[in-house]
Amino acid sequence: MEVILSTLINGLSLGGIYAMIALGYTMVYGIAKMLNFAHGDIIMVGGYVIYVSMALGNPLLAILFAVVFCVLLGMTIEKIAYKPLRGASPLAVLITAIGVSYLLQSLAQIIFGSASKMVTVYEFGMVQFLGVNVQVSALVTLGITVVVMIALTLFVKCTRLGRAMIAVSEDKGAAQLMGINVNGIITVTFAIGSALAALAGLFYLLKAPSISNTLGAMPGIKAFTAAVIGGIGSIPGAMLGGILLGVVECISYKITAIAPYTDAIEFSILIIILLVRPTGFLGKKRREKV
Amino acid sequence: MIKFKSIKWNHYINYVVIGLFTLIFGIIALCGGRFDNSMLFLFEKIAISVILALSLSLVVGFLGELSLGHAGFMCVGAYIGGKLAVLLEPVIGDGVLSLILGLIVGGLAAAICGVIIGIPALRLRGDYLAIVTLAFGEIVKSLFQNTSSESFGGALGLETPRFNKNYLFIFAFLLVLLTLAVIQNFIRSRHGRAVTAIRDNEIAARACGINVTKYKLLAFTISAFFAGIAGVLYSFSNYTVQSAKFGYNYSIEILVMVVLGGMGSINGSIIAAALITFLNTKLATVLTGDLAVLQNLLYAVILIIIVIYNNAPALKRFREKYNFSALFDRLLKHRKDPEHPTDDRAKWDVVPTKIEMNEVLSVDVKAQNLDPNREKGGKR
Amino acid sequence: MADYILETKNLGISFGGLKAAQDVNIRIKKNQIYGLIGPNGAGKTTIFNLLTGVYKPTTGTFFLDGENLCGLSQDKINHKGIARTFQNIRLFNNMTVIRNVMVGLHSQPDNPSTVWDAIFRFPRHFRAERLMRERAKELLRIFDLEEERNNLACNLPYGKQRKLEIARALATEPKLLLLDEPAAGMNPHETEDLEKTIRFIRDHFDMTILLIEHDMKFVSGLCDSITVLNFGTVLAEGKTKETLRDPEVIRAYIGG
Repeated sequence: MEVILSTLINGLSLGGIYAMIALGYTMVYGIAKMLNFAHGDIIMVGGYVIYVSMALGNPLLAILFAVVFCVLLGMTIEKIAYKPLRGASPLAVLITAIGVSYLLQSLAQIIFGSASKMVTVYEFGMVQFLGVNVQVSALVTLGITVVVMIALTLFVKCTRLGRAMIAVSEDKGAAQLMGINVNGIITVTFAIGSALAALAGLFYLLKAPSISNTLGAMPGIKAFTAAVIGGIGSIPGAMLGGILLGVVECISYKITAIAPYTDAIEFSILIIILLVRPTGFLGKKRREKV
Repeated sequence: MIKFKSIKWNHYINYVVIGLFTLIFGIIALCGGRFDNSMLFLFEKIAISVILALSLSLVVGFLGELSLGHAGFMCVGAYIGGKLAVLLEPVIGDGVLSLILGLIVGGLAAAICGVIIGIPALRLRGDYLAIVTLAFGEIVKSLFQNTSSESFGGALGLETPRFNKNYLFIFAFLLVLLTLAVIQNFIRSRHGRAVTAIRDNEIAARACGINVTKYKLLAFTISAFFAGIAGVLYSFSNYTVQSAKFGYNYSIEILVMVVLGGMGSINGSIIAAALITFLNTKLATVLTGDLAVLQNLLYAVILIIIVIYNNAPALKRFREKYNFSALFDRLLKHRKDPEHPTDDRAKWDVVPTKIEMNEVLSVDVKAQNLDPNREKGGKR
Repeated sequence: MADYILETKNLGISFGGLKAAQDVNIRIKKNQIYGLIGPNGAGKTTIFNLLTGVYKPTTGTFFLDGENLCGLSQDKINHKGIARTFQNIRLFNNMTVIRNVMVGLHSQPDNPSTVWDAIFRFPRHFRAERLMRERAKELLRIFDLEEERNNLACNLPYGKQRKLEIARALATEPKLLLLDEPAAGMNPHETEDLEKTIRFIRDHFDMTILLIEHDMKFVSGLCDSITVLNFGTVLAEGKTKETLRDPEVIRAYIGG
């Protein structure tokens, strides 16, 4: 029982991280209609910024720096690498995103070397929660993700900017005719996505205090998977997919017999779900008119 | 009877170039000439890349489906073919026969996976298919990683028999020729036309009586078969097979070759694959020690610049003024008789990474929230 | 030989609760040019999609030359003899004009070249290719497109794209040709030209044609009989001239 509960809490917390990253994928996809393959590497950049700015001694300041840096980085990448290709084929943008991903990874390698660095943001320790011992960091992660997701949902639903984002994702042309600054909206989307990725970087450091230049690669792919499971382009879908994937991963790790196959299991779930529901759980489907 | 003079030599120039290359170096090797080991390795690597790029271009360039799991097929081929060679070694020795058997079996095993992955391709499109192929590659990788050391070597990798290094590259180039022949012949036939028709307009292709299911599966199967062959070749060239090598990064590397070569251009894929592999290997030897990290950086920067240069709408006028690709076309293609079947080159945008079904950021917004007048009114 | 080349029986389909087509009965005799008209959203293209297998009907069935084709896949229906064009032109844009037509010739029964024939370049492949090329050229000649055969389809002017789409549909050697708004976007001169072409197709290919059109002058000049659809149901049918004078039909078009 205790094992189940603690696994569930860990799973929810990991799922929260995945959801956080998946939101970045899904929002950028919904609005700019592109797969931002470099998104996972923003997590890594966020981690390194925290690593560097921990020299100041204040964890909160370090986190703030990381978020601001990643937001600026996300906007810069969008401006330099993706904006010139607006209107070009989606495949070209995809390849550029892959290039950006390589670029970030190799830059990090040049600056910080390929050996992983240790960084402790804050020592949380363990706590009794509902009768089981859990990592405080897991609870903190879970708490922050819940708050961020509620905030994001409210933002998209209730603010003018959020509604403009939905309008752009529905129909870019029409939104532009209605006087919405489409380029501005896309930049904002990248900024939000990057901020979420920076937070995800923080959570990874709380989970395991080491960082290398490939930190973001696998979480990026997993979160992408989560976004697709939930139905790419759908914000609640990204949350749902992320949490599902996180819980599955933690459960699978707990069962010795299948633990080594965790990755395979997660990706198999993706394939099965897509075969049953070709647009994920909450993805919208529009039939091509004949 | 086919008249000899009706054969258009310039349509077969790619065979001639690769054939001559093989012949010259093959003769030198068979006459007892010895090459530098690094050179042999480079040859093998180039051959493997070209086979991979050719086979992927069938799916991406001609069928128009985005695949991010090509390395998965290669992985299956490498392990199954390599394992067979290991098993056969005590029986028939590490000779040509075990190599050939390994190639056939490895290719077939990958082809079976191609059929399996082709089935979702019938239901999914664009990004959704891309993520499924990516997932497939990762699944294969993870499965082989966790095998026991007696079966496929697990994380340590599978050791394959040592084939005589001096001749392996000849085999590799012969396989390039075979791949080229099969894929080019397939494309330049009514079947290839059916595949390109599906790429250009699936609905119209169906209305023209084309069995889309059959051709999609066929394209995926052929493509996977040759990826498997490249995998077997890799296992022989590398002595060990480690599944970590076949992650999505490798699949993307192959995709980059196909895309930079020009979608749906066979010769372009060959040239891009050979060039990228050559440059990568050379950079790795030039940039040693502390400079080694620069290799990835250079690769990334060059990739971004090439793609933006080739595709940015703002640079269109500039591109037309300094048109390198037209120069390329003039060298490779035949302007005199365009009637003869050649490759149907496609523009970049034929591969839908964006699905036709429109995705939408959805948070259950009520319709009135999207009232355009409110947006507009707020702006004033 | 059945009495009618196409006969639909209570054909209908509903999407969710919406009945896009309901109890549609159409009977077309051989060599007729038959019109399917109706206001926007009346379900005309839906009927085409049902007849070509894009949608599976929820009720009813249809027969081509006495053979029940209901429920077959799109390519099978095409092999059985129904070919179509599309309202918004759907060509293979990155392929040349002649190859567009050759795709149409893909499934000819006398074209036995298999994948193996193609890969190993057996004589059968070359024979098939030569045959297809010649037939395609012939079709292009008929439609006055021979000059442009090596241009990309997307570079053709609009009118020629329409013609190419018809040529491609004819290449599949159908018994029944469905034309979805063939005159849309054409000027009067081009429309006149098209009228001649369609008549020529009927006579030269011994073809039966079912077409959707909004241009009433075009329809009354070309079609012997018509069916008028409104809200997915048949409003009227019969000889063109009389049906167009039907007060119900006039009300459906003008409103009121």
